[in-house]
Amino acid sequence: MSFFDIKGTLKPLTALKQIGKKPHTLKDIPFAEKEASDNYRGLHYNELEACIGCGNCSTICQNQAIDMINIDGIEAKPGDSGLRPRVDNGRCCWCALCVDVCPTGSLSLTKDYLFISTDPNNFLWTPGVDNPEGKDRVSFVSTFDLSLNEYGRIPMPELEGMERVKSFAEVVLGYNEEQAREEASRCISCGLCTEACPEHMHIPEYINAIASGNDEDAVRIIYDNNPLPEMCGKVCTRRCEDVCAIAQRDGDAIAIRWLKRYATEQVNNVDLIKEIVNPDIKESNGLRVSIVGAGPAGLTAAYYLTLKGFDCTIFEAHAKAGGMTMYGIPKYRFPQDSLDKQIEYVQKIGVKIHFNTKVGKDISFKEIYDNSDAVFMGVGFPSPWTLGIEGEDLKGSIQAVTFLYEINNGQKVDIGDKVFVIGGGNVAIDAARVARRLGADVTILYRRRVQDMPADWEEIEGAEQEGVHIIPQAIPIQFHGDAKGRLTTVEYLMAEMVPDDRGGRPKPVAIEGSNKTIEATAIMGAIGQQGDYSFLEGDFEKNIQVERGRFVVNEKQQTTDPKVFAGGDAVNRTADAISAIADGYRAVKGIEEMLLEKS
Amino acid sequence: MMIRLKVTGDTVVKATTEVGYLHRAFEKLLEKRNWMQCFPVLCRFCVPEPDPVEEAFALAVESIEGREVPERAKYIRVLVLELARMASYMLWYGGQSGSLGLYTVGQWSVGDRNYILDLFEELTGGRVYHMYIWPGGVRRDMPEGFGEKVLKTMDYIEKRLDDYDDLMFENAIFKRRTKGVGIIDKEKAVEWGVVGPPLRGCGIKSDIRIDDPYEVYDKLDFDVPTAEGGDIWARALVRRQEVRQSIRIVRQVLDKMPSGSVYNKVPNPQKWRLPEGDAYSRIESVRGEIGFYVASDGGLYPRRAHMRGAAYVHAVTLLERILPGENISDVSSILNSLGACPPEIER
Repeated sequence: MSFFDIKGTLKPLTALKQIGKKPHTLKDIPFAEKEASDNYRGLHYNELEACIGCGNCSTICQNQAIDMINIDGIEAKPGDSGLRPRVDNGRCCWCALCVDVCPTGSLSLTKDYLFISTDPNNFLWTPGVDNPEGKDRVSFVSTFDLSLNEYGRIPMPELEGMERVKSFAEVVLGYNEEQAREEASRCISCGLCTEACPEHMHIPEYINAIASGNDEDAVRIIYDNNPLPEMCGKVCTRRCEDVCAIAQRDGDAIAIRWLKRYATEQVNNVDLIKEIVNPDIKESNGLRVSIVGAGPAGLTAAYYLTLKGFDCTIFEAHAKAGGMTMYGIPKYRFPQDSLDKQIEYVQKIGVKIHFNTKVGKDISFKEIYDNSDAVFMGVGFPSPWTLGIEGEDLKGSIQAVTFLYEINNGQKVDIGDKVFVIGGGNVAIDAARVARRLGADVTILYRRRVQDMPADWEEIEGAEQEGVHIIPQAIPIQFHGDAKGRLTTVEYLMAEMVPDDRGGRPKPVAIEGSNKTIEATAIMGAIGQQGDYSFLEGDFEKNIQVERGRFVVNEKQQTTDPKVFAGGDAVNRTADAISAIADGYRAVKGIEEMLLEKS
Repeated sequence: MMIRLKVTGDTVVKATTEVGYLHRAFEKLLEKRNWMQCFPVLCRFCVPEPDPVEEAFALAVESIEGREVPERAKYIRVLVLELARMASYMLWYGGQSGSLGLYTVGQWSVGDRNYILDLFEELTGGRVYHMYIWPGGVRRDMPEGFGEKVLKTMDYIEKRLDDYDDLMFENAIFKRRTKGVGIIDKEKAVEWGVVGPPLRGCGIKSDIRIDDPYEVYDKLDFDVPTAEGGDIWARALVRRQEVRQSIRIVRQVLDKMPSGSVYNKVPNPQKWRLPEGDAYSRIESVRGEIGFYVASDGGLYPRRAHMRGAAYVHAVTLLERILPGENISDVSSILNSLGACPPEIER
């Protein structure tokens, strides 16, 4: 290198050629903002109506910049915690993980990035509330395909449709370990399900235990407030899954019921259940509680009362315990040995059950009442509604619940080969599927549309796979019989759906002249059941108030006679096992409070 | 970081480097975050060049789990990595010339770097921190017309490189202040653990993209520039040529970009357990080879995550050896030529 580098001295002067060129900096800073890109990760915006307050954004935030708060005008309801995220923009790093885990897609980031304040508290923003104008500035949004949530359910292995109708073998085969872990891993632990469950089971906790491979922990957690989980794992109406956060955006709800089933199936004998659950049974307190009916409500009340030291006796009219779950639910859904295991466990804890003892016939209610410190009635809805149409007394016209009872009781029922079931609830579907297993050709007549059926959609699907025909919008008007009083045909009218002016669901209205008549060997009514309270005689009939067919109870399941509590179908309108269990569980607290505070 | 200098007149006699307290024990923080929550922390290991750290960690996680990445995602990753390399070099232009008092180059290159950040903003939603490369692929697909915009920016930057040359590499001051300054002994370089441009500036051809290709680098045609001398000048020459190689790679990537998905879904982050095992991944960043050792005990969080960063070797151990004998006014220039990145040192 020469001492004086002429080229190296002159070359840098070429920078002068830049003079006069348009600068690439913005001129009016800070008054003119640079418009952000369409994908920009700026300040948050939350669609308040779409948000369900699951709190997944708050959970994923590794800066702990998001907390969930109450907002004026947003109330908690099933499937919505009523909370909304508040972002501390002083902590946020705009990584947008919150957006990518938002199950509803309500949370997004906007193009706005400029915010100046001298007050640190102003950096706490509730997106959507504090910046409603953000709606039009949304840029980084959650997409279904690139979301971090897993929206697809692990399919449940089942018997093939036509294979099923050959026997009463259980249709659902259950998850294996790997499938259960994978399915449990989809859960985001928001707990909306816990609120929706009538019994408020600790769902996120036991799912988490399953996901971590601790099945025994899961079983312990499950038995904490449900003594009949294997039953629920198989036949629960699962209101939890209706509100599952993962299902809010075309996703499949976490298979909560099947996961409970998986956990309980891992413990296949009663001694092991007792060993794992290791219940804390208190010493006897000398107080006697009598329970009428060994259905889910009665068994639950008896189980937890026994744990608390009460002396519990159940009076059951039938030869087996379980109530409707024993006699109403077909064995392909809930096998006998599963139920036996549950009942045996409850008995092992110390619950006494007197079978074949019908209150009001074999023993009077008064006797029970006088010999007990408290009475719990879980008597259910044993009597079916009748259709109230001509020909219902013909031979071959039977009730679905009676049919299911007889089949489950091991009796033979002659239904012939052309069966009609009337109704759209779970009982109707159960009866239809059982009839298919007896070899009959089965058709369901329902007065509304298929999508209006109150039955579980999986049950409807299962019935269709098994070859059950469904004729929707069909209203039966008369059954015809032969000279011997035997059913021959069923006549029905087609209906059209008329919107309800008062905002209710559309009503079926029969179309004049659309009469159809079809041959039938048996017809089963399945339009609902009602209570039978004839065992309450004398003063009890007066003192224990019944309204619209159900006992009147307070929030502790106490009837108008302070010593008598009630639960199950005879009390609640939801009429399912889990509501009955919840009633029983609440009654335990009520009875405990009443008796222990009194003494 | 900190350097304690003992000088005689203007000449450094002894240099002692110390790790400082700039950042917040990143590696330890990772142990308390689930596998996805790690990413907002990872990009902060090195502010000027966050993407290679994301890439290295993602590669290690994918290796433990045996997770495949879609072909398109691999190409997009290379695109992002090369754009990041360029953006980082543009900052280096400013730092290297600025340390010698030549501020104009820095003003130009940092201004031009913003055009690359504009591309990042459009692709990832963030300008500096991207959180874009993560296990299973990349976070979002390229928006409509993105490729054309990248090519346009590449043409612009290629043109600008000549302007930088006029002001920097042709500049008499730059040449005099860099040639023969901050020499790394070629014989010792490998022994000392020198990597990246400082090693290539010693005439040793070493680049993980060629030596141990990851993603789709083995399907791309590019050169690994080297220079002789081991001084600041040689290191600067290497970097100068690497920007042009990156432009070459970006053009090939856009040309070969396959269609398809960009993301193989990972499980729900809250319950995502990696199988038990460990993995070491290594990639070529602007500072040289960086590696990530990740160990999983089968749980929700990394049991251990350790990064082998180039900056620590260069700016802590190497600097102590090459500073003695240099003029005190050259220290900042030497430091810059080694690619020191304090947050990465103090991880």
